[in-house]
Amino acid sequence: MKPAPFAYHRPETLDEALAVLAAHGGEAKPLAGGQSLIPAMNFRLARPAVLVDLNRITELSGIRQGGDGLHIGAMTRQRAVERDPIVARDAPLLAEAMPFIAHPQIRNRGTVGGSLAHADPAAELPAVMLALDAKLQVRGPAPRGVRSIPAGEFYTGLFETALAPGELLVDVTVPRAAPRSGSAFAEVARRHGDYALAGVAVRVTVDDAGRCREARIALLSVGDGPVLARKAAKAITGESPTPEAIREAADVAAAKDIDPPGDIHASPAYRRQLVAVLVRRTLERAFERARNG
Amino acid sequence: MDDVQLDGMLHVAFLRSEHAHARLRGVDVAAARRRPGVVAVYAADDLGDYWQPGPLLVPPPPIPGLVFHACTQVPLVKDKARHVGEPIAMVVAESRYVAEDAVADIVVDVAPLQAVVDLEAALERGAPLVHEHLSSNLAAHVVQEKGDYNAAKATAHRVVQRRFHYDRGISAAIENRAVAARWDARAEELTVWDTTQAPIPIRNGLARMLGLLESQVRVIAPFVGGGFGPKIMMFYPEEVLVPWAAMRLGRPVKWTEDRQENFTATTQERGQVHDAELAVTRDGKILGVKDVFLHDSGAYDSYGLTVPINSQCTLLGPYDVPNYYTEFTAVFTNKTLVTPVRGAGRQHGVFVMERLLDFAARELGIDRLEIRRRNYLAPEAFPFNNEIIFQDSAPLVYDSGDYAPALAQAAQMIGYEQFVREEQPRLRVAGRHVGIGIVSYIEGTGIGPYEGARVTIEPSGEVRVATGVGTQGQGHFTSFAQIVAEVLGVPMERIHVVTGDTREFNWGTGTFASRGAVVAGTACHAAAALVRDKIFAVASRVLQVPQERLELVGGRMMVKDATDGGIELGALAARANPLRGAVRPGTEPGLEATAYYGPDRGSTASGVHAMIVEVDPETAMVEIRRYVVVHDCGRLINPMLVEGQIHGGVAHGIGNAFYEQLVYDDGGQLQNASFMDYLLPTATDVPRVEVAHRETASPLNPIGLKGVGEAGCIPTGAAFAQAVEDALADYGLEITEIPLSPDKLFDLLKKTRPKKRNVVVIDGSFVFQGSREAVYALLQDPEVLGKSLPGAMHLGRTGDGRYDGLMRVGIGPVTAAEFSVSVTLHDQKPPAGYGMIVEGKGGFGFVRGTAQVALADHGDGTEMTYRAEVQVGGTIAGVGQRLLDSVAKRMTRQGLEALNTALAARL
Amino acid sequence: MEPRLLLSDFLRQDLGLTGTHVGCEHGVCGACTVLLDGEAVRSCLILAVQADGHEVATVEGLGSVEDLHPLQAAFRQAHALQCGFCTPGILMTLVPFLDEHPNPAESEIREALSGNLCRCTGYQNIVDAVKLSTPVPAGW
Repeated sequence: MKPAPFAYHRPETLDEALAVLAAHGGEAKPLAGGQSLIPAMNFRLARPAVLVDLNRITELSGIRQGGDGLHIGAMTRQRAVERDPIVARDAPLLAEAMPFIAHPQIRNRGTVGGSLAHADPAAELPAVMLALDAKLQVRGPAPRGVRSIPAGEFYTGLFETALAPGELLVDVTVPRAAPRSGSAFAEVARRHGDYALAGVAVRVTVDDAGRCREARIALLSVGDGPVLARKAAKAITGESPTPEAIREAADVAAAKDIDPPGDIHASPAYRRQLVAVLVRRTLERAFERARNG
Repeated sequence: MDDVQLDGMLHVAFLRSEHAHARLRGVDVAAARRRPGVVAVYAADDLGDYWQPGPLLVPPPPIPGLVFHACTQVPLVKDKARHVGEPIAMVVAESRYVAEDAVADIVVDVAPLQAVVDLEAALERGAPLVHEHLSSNLAAHVVQEKGDYNAAKATAHRVVQRRFHYDRGISAAIENRAVAARWDARAEELTVWDTTQAPIPIRNGLARMLGLLESQVRVIAPFVGGGFGPKIMMFYPEEVLVPWAAMRLGRPVKWTEDRQENFTATTQERGQVHDAELAVTRDGKILGVKDVFLHDSGAYDSYGLTVPINSQCTLLGPYDVPNYYTEFTAVFTNKTLVTPVRGAGRQHGVFVMERLLDFAARELGIDRLEIRRRNYLAPEAFPFNNEIIFQDSAPLVYDSGDYAPALAQAAQMIGYEQFVREEQPRLRVAGRHVGIGIVSYIEGTGIGPYEGARVTIEPSGEVRVATGVGTQGQGHFTSFAQIVAEVLGVPMERIHVVTGDTREFNWGTGTFASRGAVVAGTACHAAAALVRDKIFAVASRVLQVPQERLELVGGRMMVKDATDGGIELGALAARANPLRGAVRPGTEPGLEATAYYGPDRGSTASGVHAMIVEVDPETAMVEIRRYVVVHDCGRLINPMLVEGQIHGGVAHGIGNAFYEQLVYDDGGQLQNASFMDYLLPTATDVPRVEVAHRETASPLNPIGLKGVGEAGCIPTGAAFAQAVEDALADYGLEITEIPLSPDKLFDLLKKTRPKKRNVVVIDGSFVFQGSREAVYALLQDPEVLGKSLPGAMHLGRTGDGRYDGLMRVGIGPVTAAEFSVSVTLHDQKPPAGYGMIVEGKGGFGFVRGTAQVALADHGDGTEMTYRAEVQVGGTIAGVGQRLLDSVAKRMTRQGLEALNTALAARL
Repeated sequence: MEPRLLLSDFLRQDLGLTGTHVGCEHGVCGACTVLLDGEAVRSCLILAVQADGHEVATVEGLGSVEDLHPLQAAFRQAHALQCGFCTPGILMTLVPFLDEHPNPAESEIREALSGNLCRCTGYQNIVDAVKLSTPVPAGW
């Protein structure tokens, strides 16, 4: 279980990194935290010819509040997000989800951008960003340059994203939540820190009458990537979030929004059941939070 | 073990079979040999006469009518591979990195054979044969009987009958196996470092195989990072090959198993299917038990019948079973070898018996504790002869035990009465599902043949204790030192224990069957007692005082009632080894003695486990809230060590109950060959274990010891099943399968028949624009067909209905790699449909798909209905299973869309 | 040095610091945990070249046989190790955890340990050792 040989580059700046990527075409693979890539390399499933290590690019890490929301640099360690007081205040859904990502040793190294760009269907961060309607800033070689992609358009398939060859994810922006919003995260995993069998990140907004004005329900581990449960959201939007209405929306999510895969840990039917239960439980909590604050 | 670093050391990697069952037609190692940094590459033929099947380690016990076919493992595959992970070639290189590079250079020509996986299917007529010189896959057949079960059944009020499944797991020592060897040509001495639990038999076997004297081979089993059974297996191919390569190359050679290898190359345990019945009276008294089971031997049965015999002997438990019929058939399969893993088959027997008692209690309306109490052997029943033969070839005789008080104590500790009467009903009203489980077990421990120990007092006063068993974390150093310290009255700090080095002690068998403390500990005790006798004899001579007037106080021989004088043990040791003068006839120099202990039969430990669980029936997740163990392993040497053994055993048992299961697909591929998918319990899954000890001394050894190493994990599954069932009493479900999982519990809760999900199935339909004839004709066109295989680079027709080509596939973290691919169309019925076999092979393993395609008119177009089963082998099968379903769906979708586009362009 | 060399192998083979153990090489077992700039990380998931310019602390730096780190002493006292193979990784996980949580509850200790596999102890005595080592044992 040792990696196959590769050429190694360690750029100090983003421009340098983009140049190296451009020079090597599709052969080069960016190395962020490495907590998914290096295991795959140790199994020799991943055999990149060229590794471009992004860990020295200081401009890519950091958390700051901007006019358009909370900015998180792609190379920000997951642990930094977990500990950050601004995140806890302004993006409580993100803060709530962080401890579910593997274990502290992994989060100490793993990065936000690495997880988002890796696009593992079982990963927490893509679903959270989808629920938060985050924007992903991408930089590539000219003429494309900089572009901003909503999370809902970033995920295109199994481990597939809208990133073009040579492009790098540089920043994710979490827009400020509307007043009377609430969020919740839950997942069921075999053991603490495992890939979830199913997971849900929701954010809801209620109107003055307490009716659901908007609901974003993002599911993980039940599709090719994070899944936005549009039908369930439609079912609850405009409704008063009674237990019955919530249960109905949760059942819609399980029955109509997903076509979950089966594996040795969970059958498609079991995954549907988990989605029904978790959507119900997270919606209940999120509406409670929206009402209270 | 991997800490062993020697000058000029070479490193080994193995090419292992990706197929569970395949004929080996050729191995081409030329490219690997040419790679810079590679020193040698060996395939089976390169071994010459050294290639020999391994020894049969444990011959079957003398049971009348027993059938046993010995088929033992080989160093490298010669004719056919019989399980995934079986080594085919060995690479020796300057580093492990280069050795792994070279493994990828080796080209293997194999013809895959149908794999033998399911135990029942393996015994059907016409099943493929694991060993072709045998007429079936039957490895052994054993019947043991006590009394007359059928006659007892005829008088029974009720007969409870069920089928039970108990599936495989791994030992998962955190340190994998390792072997290093150095041949010193000048001294003509071979030194081998090995993670084995049995260094002395390894030395003896290596000497025989390599044509050396036993004294020319030194085997060291250093502090080993966990054993749990599989490290007692010998000879693993690597143990045979690494020393041989070191001698041949004249350089030290080391192989360290990695985790991926461990999942398929290190032995495993626990696959059994039991059809069992329990005949009881109206008041729950056992009249008899009948149990007929299948046991999975894996590909070879070098370890004999220890595991299934343990199952049949442990089933009887602490109960008075007057009539017993037990029959098993051991079966060869194309899976990794089965040898004992902590518990070694005992937990299967306990699971069957305890579950039968639970079902009987429920059907008879008797309390779970009460039915057990009514059937316990009375304390005066010992020694109790069960009239069948145990794994050590001795009759199964329980030496001592006192069972009812242990049950009462466990029930009291966990608050059984209060829980059942008050807490559980109260919580149930609140909508919570809590349950309690409480079960009994016995464990045959501390069997022969023997162990030995040498105790030496050095002139410095330090005491050396040497014994032959290897140690893997059991606390042997502490417990042996404690035994010797007590006999010699010397402080613990002055006692130095050496285990697992054949230069220090070279007689013995090994660490297994919960016997280290019992057998080697008793030998230490005996050797220390002999030294004590010598101390008194020598001191009497030196001090010129009769022995009766001497006493041993704090490491010093004193004359009774004297306040000073006397002699230190170190000084006495020096006097016992004079440079001049004569050692008297009939005496020996020094204060040293060697003693051996070989019990006629094992001692019987016992206990009760109880747990409280809470189940969330919506998510099928289970949490263990409390865990109580009342354990009786005879006299305790060190309660802290005993508790440590129990804690670890319970954690292992919880793993076996709910987390750990090796999942094989129909092709014999292990689908969870990594710690990502094979789930060891973590600190958040294992509860605090509350332990109480009872001490019913064994009459078989002077200290009264019984073993404890395996106890913790033996009854856990049974207790877990009972507790979960109890928590879900309103669902009326029965748990007859271990390991359970949330997924399986979901099926039980929904009362759905679990669908076998171990092959990826792709089915569906698609409508093309065009007539059936046109579509059918185009599907024969290699260019069009190639479009249906995502990533196909080119595909050419190479025969009637056969196409060969290359495809390049990569998904997510898996780098795109080239696969050679062949497509064969068969049963062609134009324009109605055809069968298709797609085979691909590349760096990550292989893919084999079989599909049926039917074409039907659909308006102006044609509807294609397809159903394919896909099997994947190699690394991707072991670590990528959670994605296979999604990948298969995606590739099918892409393929069909591409096909449709191609058809549209051509029609 | 070859860029593909894992930090775990570099520590063990090139530097002879064999206290860092290797148990799975895919980031699950935690046996290879070391501190990189004070934070616990899996050394099997980091390339040795990536540690260039950073501070790496291994179990060798924690204490010696003569002078055990208080946590090591607590491990010995509570019989928190049996085979000891997982122990270095567990110690290196716990040291920064205890810096951040000087007085942890049992549930926090267990969660902190959940990324380290131990097959021998059932974790109980490890939890007890952590409690022993904390200034004011919590929950006792």
